[in-house]
Amino acid sequence: MNDWAPGIAGGALIGFGAALLLWSVGRIAGISGIASGALEGARGDRAWRIAFLAGMMIAGAAALQFVPLPPPRAQSGPTALLAVAGLLVGFGTRLGSGCTSGHGVCGLARFSKRSLAAVVAFMAFAMAATFVMNHVHLSP
Amino acid sequence: MTRGILACFASGALFGVGLAVSSMTDRHVVLGFLDVFGDWNPRLVFVMAAAVAVTAVAYRLILRGPAPAAGGEFHVPKAGAIDARLVAGAAIFGVGWGLAGYCPGPALVAVAAGLRDAWIFLPAMIAGSWIAGRLAR
Repeated sequence: MNDWAPGIAGGALIGFGAALLLWSVGRIAGISGIASGALEGARGDRAWRIAFLAGMMIAGAAALQFVPLPPPRAQSGPTALLAVAGLLVGFGTRLGSGCTSGHGVCGLARFSKRSLAAVVAFMAFAMAATFVMNHVHLSP
Repeated sequence: MTRGILACFASGALFGVGLAVSSMTDRHVVLGFLDVFGDWNPRLVFVMAAAVAVTAVAYRLILRGPAPAAGGEFHVPKAGAIDARLVAGAAIFGVGWGLAGYCPGPALVAVAAGLRDAWIFLPAMIAGSWIAGRLAR
């Protein structure tokens, strides 16, 4: 699972996807912003967002199905934890104007100081949350 | 316009296949990266490094041009201040990411693949974004 090749290959594909989006329609590949705009944005600004998300979901799911990959682990996460996590991710990415793709990939690629600050903050808080979950035993 | 829409679909497809091939759609791989004091999985470092490197070179070349190929103009965020809203939003996002191991892109692909955990996560994510959008008005 720790071999570097699938990581480099997948990351490069993500980069080519981001490049094609800027080259063709001049947009930044930030998934949280594209998704919230697709659901709540102005009517005339929705088609490109829906096309991008459809391509990502259809091709991504097809790759998981047909490319020989390690299968995703058991789908048995605690329901309440997943729901709370979803709320926080949705709320935080909207408030902070970006997620791992918009601030992480595209922002860092533009050498944006704002995005660098966001990446440092979300990485630190994510590692802290994972640490508490895995290594702090709150029960007596 | 139609060509622009097709390009957006193709762009999303590259992005989605990239997430799948690198196992970012497996939230346990992401949690393995975030768990720096556990059985650390460096996968996300390779994914981010390659994605940022390709994007940085491509953006530089593309932004030398006058306009996007399908017309319109480049929508690149202007440099702004690092404010409380940005940092608080990123911190809240980080906590959610660290709890579940899903960020928005992988969660959407995992939903399309029918993964149960993502089907719980994604509706809550959409609700969270909607609430933040309402509060900002």
